[in-house]
Amino acid sequence: MSETVISADKLTKKFGDFIATNEISFEVKKGEIFGFLGANGAGKTTAIRMFCGLLLPSSGAATVAGFDVYRQTEKIKQNIGYMSQKFSLYEDLTVKENIRFYAGIYGMNRQSIKEKTVGLLKQLNLASEPNTLVKSLPLGWKQKLAFSVAIFHEPKVVFLDEPTGGVDPITRREFWNLIYQAAERGITIFVTTHYMDEAEYCNRVSIMVDGKIEALDTPRNLKKIFTAASMDEVFLQFARGAKRGE
Amino acid sequence: MNSVTIEHIVKKYGAKKEQVTALNDISFEVAKGELFGVIGPDGAGKTSLFRILTTLLLADSGTAMVDGFDVVKQYKNIRNRVGYMPGKFSLYQDLSVEENLRFFATIFNSSIKENYELIRDIYVQIEPFKDRRAGKLSGGMKQKLALCCALIHRPSVLFLDEPTTGVDAVSRKEFWEMLKALKLQGISILVSTPYMDEAGLCDRVALIQSGKIMSIDSPKNITQKFTKTMWAVSSAEMYRLLNDLQQYNNTEKCYAFGEFHHLVLKNDNEGKDEIMIYLLYLSHHEIELKTVQPNIEDCFIELMSKSNHQQ
Repeated sequence: MSETVISADKLTKKFGDFIATNEISFEVKKGEIFGFLGANGAGKTTAIRMFCGLLLPSSGAATVAGFDVYRQTEKIKQNIGYMSQKFSLYEDLTVKENIRFYAGIYGMNRQSIKEKTVGLLKQLNLASEPNTLVKSLPLGWKQKLAFSVAIFHEPKVVFLDEPTGGVDPITRREFWNLIYQAAERGITIFVTTHYMDEAEYCNRVSIMVDGKIEALDTPRNLKKIFTAASMDEVFLQFARGAKRGE
Repeated sequence: MNSVTIEHIVKKYGAKKEQVTALNDISFEVAKGELFGVIGPDGAGKTSLFRILTTLLLADSGTAMVDGFDVVKQYKNIRNRVGYMPGKFSLYQDLSVEENLRFFATIFNSSIKENYELIRDIYVQIEPFKDRRAGKLSGGMKQKLALCCALIHRPSVLFLDEPTTGVDAVSRKEFWEMLKALKLQGISILVSTPYMDEAGLCDRVALIQSGKIMSIDSPKNITQKFTKTMWAVSSAEMYRLLNDLQQYNNTEKCYAFGEFHHLVLKNDNEGKDEIMIYLLYLSHHEIELKTVQPNIEDCFIELMSKSNHQQ
């Protein structure tokens, strides 16, 4: 069995009386694409913030990239990548400056940043745009660049929070190609999405309802167990039962 | 009479050197009582179009009429008879649910009581929280309140700019149920969305990309224009399958689509047997291969490729 990159054991976060994340337990392996689904308000963001070392749990245990979410949050931050639809790149910096900035924060040296930048720009068809301001790039390019920057330091795991919202259907698929390539290289992908077709692209999917993980399996098995034709139907069966909103 | 008539609308932003064309010669009509979808990704021009039609933005050229009035010369008449729900939550966060609703009714010289019938089915869902500040509501409840506020003066045309963006699959379904009910009340509705799967819920849709309308028709007619055979293929190794199918010499296009990959062949005379032989030769197993009906997203991809998608 390959290396475990994320493990959670009864991980819980309470805000006063409100249990945002309620005893969630699972393991994610190296190179796995793990879909983290749930309706708005199910507790996904709270869980992700704990995994990223940004929020201390109330109880339970978890490690990310081998580090403890209570005691080694700085180590976690050095070994993960993060990207969301809302926060990705600095609009007023150029493509090259964004890469250098993020790589620098993760402690990469100048020489390796320089070498890797050339390869990345070529891969993204941005070879002629290193000095273009990010704000003038089309949204699809921005999101692909943001993902590449998030994994530029070769983290063990990358957290993607709705990375493809509002992106056109062709670019959305190009984005998923980048995800597959990263996973093949051994980077673990932890992704949330509202597009149910994207849930099908994950190796395994968890569905969170009202703070708890109510289902966790491969898309194929989930459809079999819940006799559904698509992940959309599986998701609806669960989320319809949700009691709480955002 | 049409609810909306748009002729050759052009809108550009920015100084000459770095000019961006948000809307590039857009023309279409929306009939009275129609539920009309403007479908396209972020940056396609949806919001610019809605802002022009609600008289909040001036076009560079072209004309538009809403409910019989010109968007430039008769903008005041239009403002009295349209409802507008912007993409960004724009109610007063520090007013309660009920105060927001009363405020919007009052500025249109109306009252909650006068048009309560119209919003009742939606409002009863948030009425238990009527004393809560709007800023403290959940996303789904905010959306319902915003819809009530856009409806409380009984508009003849309703503009909803990306009401379901960032909303989970269940809440999206509920929202569309509400729109269907409103349509029965005779209100014309223009709704924009980046979710292709919502197109099927509209009477007609415009597929928009980079400021241009690529196609405009009923969802059924749009998908019927797709004349080639659409194959759906799956196997035990989906990523390798995608790469292999993209290398296949008779492949025109192949892309991931949920649990299957969608495949269009260059030459439709070849088919199942040839594909099977190719995949078995590459030792794929658990192969499933069937023909499917193309959907709106397939058509959108087809139209985008035709209009020379860069990269």
